[in-house]
Amino acid sequence: MRSMINVPKTAKAGEIIEIKTMIAHPMETGYRTGTNGTTIPRNIITRFVCTYDGEEVFSADLFPAVAANPLIAFTTVALRSGTLTFAWTDDSGATQSESVEIVVA
Amino acid sequence: MSAEPDTVHRVALRGRLGRRALLAGAIGITALAMVRPAQARPGLDAAVADFAGGREVQAGRVRFDIPPLVENGNAVGVSIAVESPMTQLDHVTRIALFNEKNPQADMVVFHLGPRAGRAAVSTRVRLATSQTIVALAEMSDGSVWSARANVVVTLAACIEDLL
Repeated sequence: MRSMINVPKTAKAGEIIEIKTMIAHPMETGYRTGTNGTTIPRNIITRFVCTYDGEEVFSADLFPAVAANPLIAFTTVALRSGTLTFAWTDDSGATQSESVEIVVA
Repeated sequence: MSAEPDTVHRVALRGRLGRRALLAGAIGITALAMVRPAQARPGLDAAVADFAGGREVQAGRVRFDIPPLVENGNAVGVSIAVESPMTQLDHVTRIALFNEKNPQADMVVFHLGPRAGRAAVSTRVRLATSQTIVALAEMSDGSVWSARANVVVTLAACIEDLL
């Protein structure tokens, strides 16, 4: 799954930074029927977690009402230079993680 | 020559049975499709009460941005901002969205804390039809605040469901 993460490369200590994340995922609701009349099985991302140097700062529980290729935008406080890790988990149990470094001056 | 009428008859019979089975099947599927959404989900107020867990839901403190009229229900941008200092003692713990007429009442739940800095989130949701959406915010002191929005949808998401 391709993902897109927008985090400022540098920030001042204590600054509130905006983070935008998006991941390519069909977010199949399980409510749709295919061409042969059978229900298309549900496959959605159910959980998103953002950690800052290993500490969870933001997370989300997703339901079928979230649009395909889920976009999640939120904020966090840039305390120190470190690694922001983003993880998405879907119905099949697969987790995709991405990491971004941030330099705090 | 004698076999010919028999063959014709059998073909006709098969054709009739096929149509009948198809019709019965179609009725069955239609009945299923009509029954399912009604029995599947709790109402909007029930979903909100469930999130609040018995606490009083107060109006205010939540700013809910969603377009009042959308053309495509498959991806509707929403932003929620909550008035809160976001300190260790006083912050937003959860922000949730609930709908009135999608197949499922829950839409998304965000978990925040003092490390978020600001209680502002945005995402994109699906709307099956024109309906009311409720944004709820749960504070660290246990209070629950809400904002409502009515959205008119011209092209619905999950059109297959509505037929």
